[in-house]
Order: sequence, then structure tokens, then C-alpha cells
Amino acid sequence: MSTITSTGTGMSAASAAARYIGQSVTRKEDQRLLTGHGQYVDDITVPGMLHAAFLRSDIARGAITGIDLDAARALPGVVAVYTWSDFHGGFGPAWHAMLGEELQVPPPLAITDVRHVGDPIAIVIATSRYIAEDACDLIEVDIDAGQAVVEFSTAQADTDNVVHAGWGLQSNAMVAVPFTPMSPDLDQAFADAAHVVECTVRQNRYICVPMEGRGIIADYALGRDELDLVCSCQSVHETRNFFSRYLQIPESSVRVSARDVGGGFGQKMFAFREECAVVLSSKLLGRPVKWIEDRRENLIAAPHSRNEQGVVRLAIDADQIIQAITIDHVGDIGAYPACPAVMNPQLLPGPYKIPRLGFSMNMVWTNTMGKGAYRGPWMFETTAREMAIDNAARVLDIDPIELRRRNLLAETDLPFTSPGMQVFSEITPLETLEQALTMLDYDAFRAEQAAARADGRLLGLGCCVYVEPTSMSGPTLATEGATIRVEASGRVVAFLGTTSHGQSVETTMAQVVADTVGVRYEDVTVVQADTQSTPYGPGTGGSRTAVIAGGAARQAGEVVRDKIIQIAAHQMEADPADLDVANGTVSVKGTPARSMTVKEVADHAYRFADQLPVDLGPGLEATVRFKPTRFPTWSNATHLCVVEIDRDTCVPHVVRYIVSEDCGRMINPSVVEGQIFGGVVQGMGGVLLEDFVYDANGNPLTTTFMDYLLPTTTEVPEIEVGHIETESTTNPGGYKGMGEGGAIGAHAAVANAVGDALAHLGIRVTSTPLGPDDIHRLLIAVEA
Amino acid sequence: MNTTDVSVTVNGRACSGTVEPRKTLADFLRDDLGLTGTHLACEHGVCGACTVIIDDRAVRSCLQFAVQVEGSSITTVEGLATDGELNPVQRAFMNEHGLQCGFCTPGFVVSATALLASNPDPSDQEIREGLSGNICRCTGYQGIIRAVRSAASEMRTTR
Repeated sequence: MSTITSTGTGMSAASAAARYIGQSVTRKEDQRLLTGHGQYVDDITVPGMLHAAFLRSDIARGAITGIDLDAARALPGVVAVYTWSDFHGGFGPAWHAMLGEELQVPPPLAITDVRHVGDPIAIVIATSRYIAEDACDLIEVDIDAGQAVVEFSTAQADTDNVVHAGWGLQSNAMVAVPFTPMSPDLDQAFADAAHVVECTVRQNRYICVPMEGRGIIADYALGRDELDLVCSCQSVHETRNFFSRYLQIPESSVRVSARDVGGGFGQKMFAFREECAVVLSSKLLGRPVKWIEDRRENLIAAPHSRNEQGVVRLAIDADQIIQAITIDHVGDIGAYPACPAVMNPQLLPGPYKIPRLGFSMNMVWTNTMGKGAYRGPWMFETTAREMAIDNAARVLDIDPIELRRRNLLAETDLPFTSPGMQVFSEITPLETLEQALTMLDYDAFRAEQAAARADGRLLGLGCCVYVEPTSMSGPTLATEGATIRVEASGRVVAFLGTTSHGQSVETTMAQVVADTVGVRYEDVTVVQADTQSTPYGPGTGGSRTAVIAGGAARQAGEVVRDKIIQIAAHQMEADPADLDVANGTVSVKGTPARSMTVKEVADHAYRFADQLPVDLGPGLEATVRFKPTRFPTWSNATHLCVVEIDRDTCVPHVVRYIVSEDCGRMINPSVVEGQIFGGVVQGMGGVLLEDFVYDANGNPLTTTFMDYLLPTTTEVPEIEVGHIETESTTNPGGYKGMGEGGAIGAHAAVANAVGDALAHLGIRVTSTPLGPDDIHRLLIAVEA
Repeated sequence: MNTTDVSVTVNGRACSGTVEPRKTLADFLRDDLGLTGTHLACEHGVCGACTVIIDDRAVRSCLQFAVQVEGSSITTVEGLATDGELNPVQRAFMNEHGLQCGFCTPGFVVSATALLASNPDPSDQEIREGLSGNICRCTGYQGIIRAVRSAASEMRTTR
């Protein structure tokens, strides 16, 4: 295991031999984005373009008894108003390759009844968005409201109110996996345990909230039967294939592109009902139609996330070794999930030596917005385990850090097969914990905390240790393609299947290509997110670009580099083995004066290709598909959070935040740290500020940024990062994915910090959110 | 619907248009003047993505009607760079990794430019408070705060 340790921003120590890999080079994306010349979907105008707005249900559950569209249709500027009957029969199968044929995207518009607030009932197409919204106000809908199913933990038992009674279902269970012991001696372990500690961990509903909402321009050409889509999405290829099936036209007749995408975090992974309605409207009209999701729509009707609960039991022996962990889980799927992502129970033991596991898993429908992916969609396993470990440490009256130390996987334990059948190697859980504790100065902190408590202050430390499965296998996910071409000018273009939405892919992949081919970073351009020019890829998500797209870019780059050397060897009458390519120049090793530029090589490859020998084919281009040697590529990290709660206002302040993480060799340390920072602050927001709330009737109460509170500069501390670089052998670069980890680890770290700040008062924190009102309730309860 | 003529100076150039009274300044800039660098991310005055400078003050263009700014001088994100050369705030955002997806970025660089014009030597707390009306979902604000600190320092030394 090759490991390099460093703290703070700077050059990656592993990269001394590489010219660009390991450097925080300036991002290629920045010049256009900083000057207002990015091109997000709403910045694009197509001749003859119309604008769409949706009429959505204000009722969580009920039958549609009447719709009057006359006034809306009569409004000047309105081109069409469509309801379900206009689309019925006009489309084919509606499934995504990653999710499978079973999970059909629900009908674009409500058919006979509504199942959550925000359910689209009608779409108005008009000459401006202003007029389209005016027309929505003129539509009269009668809904016979029924009793909404809102609380998910009891929904399964509710057979009187069934969310999908309209489909003939008799229960609210989408998936019900009964308790499954993964170890034959699970019961015995609990019977033999010195301590059995049980708690119910609940994670609140919080959501992706990309700054740019969803958006699409659909341009269906009648007569040619071609669809041109510009879309704010995370996967142009998956979107193209989806609409090819949906409209029953060849893939080659659908073009999907995205220039700049303003964040996604999982929410834009899959085309959903609104995109379908806009595409069908464009086809009916034969005109381009744009829909830009507004913030209220994004909050109430774009996929939701995180709301899950589990009863966690730990069997702990007299030496404080955890002998078994189990969970009885229930996750809220909402009414219409875009992606029914919940906890992965096989990850519940995480980076610990826990030898036994058991779990049940339940996914229930409710009359709320459906679930989608959000940065580490399976992460409740980490929240549940890490909050349960803190709770157990309190019950046993031992230090939660010490309990982790005794149970975490160390280098000598690897490779390790967990009871969840996960095979761990090339990870460093204990090492990241120790690095983070050193960065904090753990003993000094505990002394400071003791003094603070003596002064009546509420100061706490939260810890979270996790493994992050990156670059996973599964339908569509295992591979990426890259086409690398040296153009006639000598510049290099890399065509990738990615759809970046903030991950700096144009930068990091250019670093990989520049180093591999041997050209300057400035001379490399990455082209992505256009189905007409790029190789198939499942999209940007699942922390897989560095490993899989990076692997493809590297291997294609190696083929192109070899070809450069072959042509140069012929021209220079040199032995190819004696040639090296660096900085855009091919030279004889040891005799740098004998050289030619890559531009000159390109001249011979294209303009004067007739003079090349027959066995040396023309052109300077290669396409490679790459697949890692095994799945997943594990990365890991430890998060430490220090919170002080204001005793008078109950406002929790994050005082320090430390991350020690191991994502293998870093391509660009600033990009890595940027991903950590962003993920951490999303998790921090989810615990302390963000909470999407419905009332008992399914009415959303947090429909603006004045109710759904996001972290700002005044709530976020400076975040300290330490790196341990253990190279992965799943891919030639030694990389590991890491885009989701910040958001996976922060939830438990922040919640545990609040828990630690209140622990000495006898308060046990096992559920979130933990805003001032929640903390006030906890304090009042113990004071009473 | 009735329309009204609007004449403004945007990024040093005289511009005019004919708008409905209800048209927001943001939509006027984006749709009528083609200046799509000003972004809309909440349209209710919280996120700051649409921030522009009107007569030296940072203003949310989603909360202004175009007709309200008649005769004003407006600077949008497109007006910050001079002859393709980034202003110190933009340059610092690039150097300090102050952006990822870039959607909130125009609002941040406009807000920070206005902040440093009114307070050339802000404390860290003043930087944080000065930017607390802008929301970013990607960066955790780390690079943004570093960038504004660095831009302030550079602008003071070159003054």
C-alpha cells in the first residue's frame, strides 16, 4: 500500500513526476463563467421558441372532478393548453437504462387524480413565460380532496389511505425486505453481548437545491422526426436514449446537449415528468418549447431526498468490541420517485471490523414529492451507524473516539470482507481518524470542552468515519469512453461521455490528457455533453469521472502518444524507443536538439499523409472504452465537527470542521478540496438549517428560500482538510472517486457534535434536524 | 397590456427598450438586452444570483421592475472585465477556486466588486456579512471568501 500524507491545500506530493496531474491548475471553465458568458439552458434562445408553465396541484391527494381550460386557451399569446388526454397514447416506454424497465417515469400529467402537492395537471404553451403563467391562473380545477398519507414511518400500516389506490394497490409498501441476518450466529452475538444498545435514528428531508433549477428546450422537427434537446441534466446520453424509446425514433434522430449546467447533485440524473411533457408539447406543435423550472417548482416538485429512519442495535462485548450491528429501516419514497434511492444496508458496518450484520428494508409511498438521488444517495447507512455509535458510547460511558479506535479497520486488517459482502482494500479509516484528531489536537479540545462546560457553555465534538463506494458497477455505470484527437493545428481535443455540472471535468481531464499525450495543458480542450460528438457515457454522478473517464482518457491518450512517436520516428529516422513527447515536442532522449513539434507531426498525419509508409495509418486519433479492474473503487474519510450552542438562543454554531480523506492520487487538489467543501456544507445545512416540511395534510410549508434555509457565508467556518493518498489499483492513474463523500460524512459529524454539546445534560440526540427550535425542545424536555 | 419605454446606461452603453410595466429588470437585461450573464435562481430576492450594480449600489434585479431604473447607470457581470481583462475580483475567484458550476458566480463577483468599492479593507467578518445575501451550493464558500480577501489585498496594493 503506497500512502502519502499531507495537510492543507497545495501540490499533491504523489505527483512529482507528472507535469499537470497533482497541480491545482487554473480551471478552463472559469473565464467564460466569470465574465457572464456561460451558456445555461435559459441563456439559449431558438427561433420560434415558445414558453411552458405548469399548473400544479395544491392538494396532496384527491380526485380531479373537473377542469375548465377555456379562459386560459382564450388568453392572447396562449398557443396551447394540454392535459393528460392530449398526450395519452402519444408516447412509448418511459424508462432509464440505469434504473431498469420496471421503473417507468410516471405519466407526464395527472390522469384522474393528484398524489402530491406539485403534481402537474396541465401545461400551458405561450409566447412568453409571463403569459403562460397568467394562463395557469385562469385554469379552474376541481379536486375532491382525500386524506393524505404524510408520515412515512407509519404509512406502511395505513391500509385505509393508500397512495396508489388508483393503480389497484392495497398498501403503501413499494419494497418490503423482511429482516435478513447476514451472519448465521447473529442472534447468539446479541445473546452473548455484554451490552446491547438500541436507538432510533431519523434523518430529515432535505434536498439538492441546485442554484439552476431544471430546464429544457425541446425542438421536435415534424417531417424529419428529429428531436433536438438542450437540457440542464447530468447525462445527455441517458436522456437521448430515454427519449429515443419514449418517442420511438432512432437514437440518431435525437440530439441532446448541455453547455453549462448550474449544479445537479443527483437531482438532474434522470429525465422526469416535466421534461416528458415539454417534449410531447413540442412534438404536438412542431415548435421549440422552453421550460425553466422556477424556485418554487424546484422546491416542491423536483425530486426530494434523505428522509429515512432506522432502529439500530449494536451488540458490544466486555472489551468494547462491536460484535454485531442490525437495522430495521424505513425510507420515504414519496408519491412518484424519480429514483427510489435509499440506504444501502450492506454498507451499514462501514469501515469497522464488525463481524455480523442483519437488516430489514422498507420503502413506502407517501403523498409527498417523490424521491431522487442526492449526493451519496445511500448515505443513511453512515448516519445511522455513526449516530448509533455515539449513542452507544454515551450509554456505556466511554469516549466515542475510543470506541471507534477499538473497532475501526487498520492497515493490518486488510483486505477485509465485511458481513455485507464488501471487500475492502487500499483504504485508511484508522489513519484518517488519527490525522483528523492530530489536526484538531484532541486532548486540548477535551480540556477546552471541560472548561467550557464548567462555565455553562455547550461545546461539542462530532465524529464520523465512513467508506465511500465510488465508480460503482451496475447497469450502464461500469465504463466510459474517450476519443482523443490531435487536430491539424497540433491542439488536442478529448471527447468524453461526461456531463459536468460543476465538477471541473474540462480541467481535470485536460490535465490527464496533457500529461499522457505529452502536450501543454493550454493546448487541450475537453468536449463533453453533446450526444452528436461524444462517446456514450451514463453521465456525471456516482463519483466516477476521475477513475473511469480518467482511465479512458489516459488509455486513449497513450494510443495517440504512441502514434505521435511512430510518425516522428519515421520523419526523424529515429528509433521510436529513443523518443519522448513532452510539452508538445517530440525529441530524442538525451539529445533534445533533435526534435519536432506535435504540430509538425500533425502536419504529417493529415496534410502530407500520402508520404507516410503504408503500414503507418493516417490520422492522429484514438477511441478507447475503459472499465476498472474491479468495483467499486473505495475511498474513505473521517470528519470532525466542533459545535457551540448559544445557551440563550439555542443557535448552534459550527466552530471548526476538519476532514481527513483518502481519495488516492489527486489530479487537482483544489478541485478535490472544492468537492469536499461543497459536500460538507450541504450536510451541515441539512442538519442545522435545511428541513423540507409538510403539514399533516401534505401541504409543503418550506416553499421559498425564506423558509427553506440554506447555509450562507455567515454560518460556514473555514474547513480544514488533510489528505492521505493511498493509490487505488482499480485504474491506471491510482485515482479514487470522492465527489459525494463530503455530503455523506457531514450529516452524522454535525449531528454528533450537537449531541456531544448536550450529552452532559442527559440529552441523547439521535434524530435531525437540529435547528434552534429542535435544540430548544430538547433542552426544555430535560429541564422539565 | 400597456408598455413603457425605458432608457438606461448598461456597462457604459446607452440602451433602450419598450417593456410591460411588470417586466423585471433581470428579464429586461436577459431577454431584451441579451445580457444573460445575470442569472435568476430564486426570483424572490434571497439568493443574490441576479445582483447588478445600479448607480454604485448592489441591487437584486429580480426585485426591480425595468421601468424603475429609467435613467440609471447599470453594471452587470458582463461589464466587469475591461477589454477581456478580468477585474481583480474575477481574477481572484479564478485563482482561489471560488466557483464550480458557475451559476451563482455572476452575483457573487458583482456583490464582491460592490463590497470592495465601498469597503476596500474589509475584515473577514465584514466579507462574510457582505456576501451573506448570496447563496452558493457548490463551493461551501471557502474559495469565495479566500478570493475576496485576496482581491481586497491586491486592490489596496495597486491603488
